[in-house]
Amino acid sequence: MSEAGGARAMPDRSFGFRTRALHAGTPPDPTTGARAMPIYLSTSFVFDSTEHAAELFALRTYGNIYSRIGNPTVAAFEERMASLEGGLGAVAMASGLAAQLSTVLCLAQAGDHLVATASLYGGTVTQFTVTLKRMGIDCTLVAGDDPSAVGSAIRPNTKLVFTETIGNPLGNVADLAALAAIAHEHGLPLVVDNTFATPVLCRPFEWGADIVTHSATKFIGGHGTVIGGVIVESGKFPWAAGKHPLLSTPSPGYHDMNFAETFGEYAFLMRARTEVLRDVGAALSPMNAFMLLQGVETLPLRMKAHVENARAIAAFLRTREEVAWINYAELDDSPYRALARKYLPDGAGSIFTFGLRGGLQAGVAFIEALELWSHLANVGDGKSLVIHPASTTHQQLGEHDLLASGVSPDMVRLSVGLEDPEDLIWDLENGLRAARAATAVRS
Amino acid sequence: MILETVSERRDLLARSRTVAMVGASPNPTRPSYFVFSYLRTKGRLEVAPINPAVSQIDGVRSFGTLAAYAAEKGPPDIVDVFRKPADAVAVTREAIAAGAKAIWYQYGVINPEAIALADAAGLDVVVDRCIKVESARFDGGLSIGGLNSGLISSKRR
Repeated sequence: MSEAGGARAMPDRSFGFRTRALHAGTPPDPTTGARAMPIYLSTSFVFDSTEHAAELFALRTYGNIYSRIGNPTVAAFEERMASLEGGLGAVAMASGLAAQLSTVLCLAQAGDHLVATASLYGGTVTQFTVTLKRMGIDCTLVAGDDPSAVGSAIRPNTKLVFTETIGNPLGNVADLAALAAIAHEHGLPLVVDNTFATPVLCRPFEWGADIVTHSATKFIGGHGTVIGGVIVESGKFPWAAGKHPLLSTPSPGYHDMNFAETFGEYAFLMRARTEVLRDVGAALSPMNAFMLLQGVETLPLRMKAHVENARAIAAFLRTREEVAWINYAELDDSPYRALARKYLPDGAGSIFTFGLRGGLQAGVAFIEALELWSHLANVGDGKSLVIHPASTTHQQLGEHDLLASGVSPDMVRLSVGLEDPEDLIWDLENGLRAARAATAVRS
Repeated sequence: MILETVSERRDLLARSRTVAMVGASPNPTRPSYFVFSYLRTKGRLEVAPINPAVSQIDGVRSFGTLAAYAAEKGPPDIVDVFRKPADAVAVTREAIAAGAKAIWYQYGVINPEAIALADAAGLDVVVDRCIKVESARFDGGLSIGGLNSGLISSKRR
């Protein structure tokens, strides 16, 4: 079984991103020779002997035990994502929100605190400010784009700083290097949700981030079929320094093991899997991991095409008088253009917002007239998606609360897909015509 | 020679057979026990503890010194060092005297004087790495754990 190198003549080569998107984590199946990653739909795995079982449970050897903690198909997806982000390893989860929650639970407990930039996905905001608060973990949301304000919000009991590469729905671009420097000054890791950028457009570890999370449901899969999430860690953060006692003191959750002392650079990943994933139970299904592996193979090609289409759509919208404003960091008049040039040189993704003259009524008419764009609450599908937050996800809010949450009544969010851009523009033209008609009747 | 690349570490493990582990602990919560236990139960390396405080660990005889090990078993292919950095020079001198072919300094065992000494004596040197992690990298153990092995191949192994 274990042949430490012997027959393995492998070249010392740093393979490129597209090669790794296809190959990392999935050599041919050693048992069958299957070239595609098999779907290991098995809850459990037999032990070689009682001694082998004991070594596995004590974490002294590597192997499969139970698919809530680890599974070969899921592990292949994890290694692929770790490779693409340039990380030490990864732990896949049932969803992006499970990945975020588990990241926090790996580092913080009741009485602790975290700091996050304020422009975040709404589900993340409620997780941080409602659910975690009920568990005794406080969160300060820092509005605006000044990284030093994040530093001012850090307290002695703060355990991490959290941001999104591209904020949802404001489309703001995080100053990752500045945030990493501030977090590190305080002995804290910078956690970056990289869902909107994907590792094709930005690799936060290259700017000093320590942990990356993803909703793999979005561009990683790209087919809009399965929910999944993943945590990737750089392996560079000094977990033994003492700021995170959950990692650097004996853990009653694992017979008093000190993860930082025992596993060194692997401390965070080992605890995230063997304690947090084990106890939270939000495991990714092997079936879903297989689907995500299929998707990620073409991620580099797809992101390039997403960005090209999004640029074409933005250019079209700019010419239309029905459009009051466009918020997309690819545009020269975006306040985030300079940050996008630095952190997203190959494109600021394909999700952006724009405003319709005529407000709420125009927005409703626009959405209803669309034939090709799918009206739904997701992003990052190969298919183009649209949503009018004021009439859907945020309709229970009054105008004042809408604006406070960064959603204006006239805001439309697009997730530009991979269709022929001419078809997408044809459909948008029909929608804009309907929006104009609705507004004209009214006035 | 200081081994810095993946393939150099892979080749070192492939050509080695015996490991003398200086500072191996019988305490099941200690990192050195994790590594000892992994090497003992998995893989093809023959590991022995070098620890004067114990007579054996999990049935494997412990030697008081590297010299005692070498006198009976011959020069070790790898001396694996689980000691504080300040002790590394003394351990390195003993490893050289025992005829070790390579010396492996575990995580955090970083002592420039010791490294230079070993390098000058012609030993292969690995610094601030874990022999368990590097073994697992090549036998698929890292991949099972969702960890980045860095390996890409379309050959069945």
